[in-house]
Amino acid sequence: MSKSCLVVDDSKVIRKVARHILESMAFAVEEAADGQEALTFCRANRPDVILLDWNMPVMSGMEFLGAFNDLDFGIAERPRVVFCTTENSIDHIRAAIEAGADEYVMKPFDRETLEGKLQLVGVA
Amino acid sequence: MMGGGNASESAYRVLMGVLESRTGQTLSPNRIWRIEMSLKPVMQRHGIEDLDALVAALVTSTSRQLLDDTVDAMLNNETFFYREHSVFDDIAVKALDHVRAANAATRRLTIWHCGVSTGQEAYSMAMLLAEQGEKWAGWTAQIVGTDVSYQAISRARVGLYTQFEIQRGLPVQRMVRWFDQTEAGWLAKADLRRRIDFTVQNMLVDRPPLTAPADLIFCRNLLLYFAKPMREKAFARLRAMAAPQSFLVLGAGETVLGQTDQFVASPRLRGLYEPADQQVRRVAA
Repeated sequence: MSKSCLVVDDSKVIRKVARHILESMAFAVEEAADGQEALTFCRANRPDVILLDWNMPVMSGMEFLGAFNDLDFGIAERPRVVFCTTENSIDHIRAAIEAGADEYVMKPFDRETLEGKLQLVGVA
Repeated sequence: MMGGGNASESAYRVLMGVLESRTGQTLSPNRIWRIEMSLKPVMQRHGIEDLDALVAALVTSTSRQLLDDTVDAMLNNETFFYREHSVFDDIAVKALDHVRAANAATRRLTIWHCGVSTGQEAYSMAMLLAEQGEKWAGWTAQIVGTDVSYQAISRARVGLYTQFEIQRGLPVQRMVRWFDQTEAGWLAKADLRRRIDFTVQNMLVDRPPLTAPADLIFCRNLLLYFAKPMREKAFARLRAMAAPQSFLVLGAGETVLGQTDQFVASPRLRGLYEPADQQVRRVAA
């Protein structure tokens, strides 16, 4: 069964690029344009991994992560969370780890980088 | 036209000859076309118009810098952190334990990264060892990284990586623990850099600066650039520096089968190799 990835980004272009890469890796891809949409999706579904932008309207990546951490996935394993953002300072990265992110991709990224990060979190 | 560019065939032949004589490496047909592109920055730096002019300059000039730059540009320095990370997982939990048992009396651990390029592989190993902390307390660990490219070794010594390089293979937790973010890029912390000796070395000619035979030798994705006779010589050089109960780590697509009788597949750890004569000794015992 193919793995699933929820791509959360307010940029349609980024979502399209990520989808292209992920589908070529045999992922089933879902999209959300902000944290609130992502949260709604995660209340009803359990993706294997979430690719999460930081700055988004309505609900940011960090706000999403705070609410996401309160979700109960029952006996299912918690989805991995990989930030994928232009917020590239070490302070942002530390804050994301502190908040529970499993990995961090600094934009711009290429296929190898994303693939490597997904391997590191055990979904590729 | 060999390279598909505008240079004469003899120019390509001279450049391939220069590479082979300096490093032992040959250019496979699928890399020849890249020569002109790879050498463009060198030609720009030295004010040289085209490949034919470069070859003429190499033949007539006494500039060591031009020769070094030309050879460096033709080498493939592709590398990244924890390349094939499952290999590092195995090494971390199994190979190092075997070495610990074998060297319990000397409490010495020697690791050689042959063809280390810009250093990511050696830094990967240094981080891994450092994180095992107490396990190696009281041990003398030497990590040596060597490469024929002086530019790559210069970069490895500095330990400064671009955003693109730093996030290729390196887990984010390790990145923030072992690297500082600077305006120029991500810089390995002094505590990490001091754990590795980086040296320019032609592995076919020079001895690596090891203070003891190597317990773990990484030589990944290098031997594939040697023609078979040179590859055999390279294996012999690796064997000469290997401790009796050592492990050799090759690239994912590489093997010793049909290449050398100096090493055999390790019966202890799948995917790694051991000195062949040590196998005979173990069976005899």
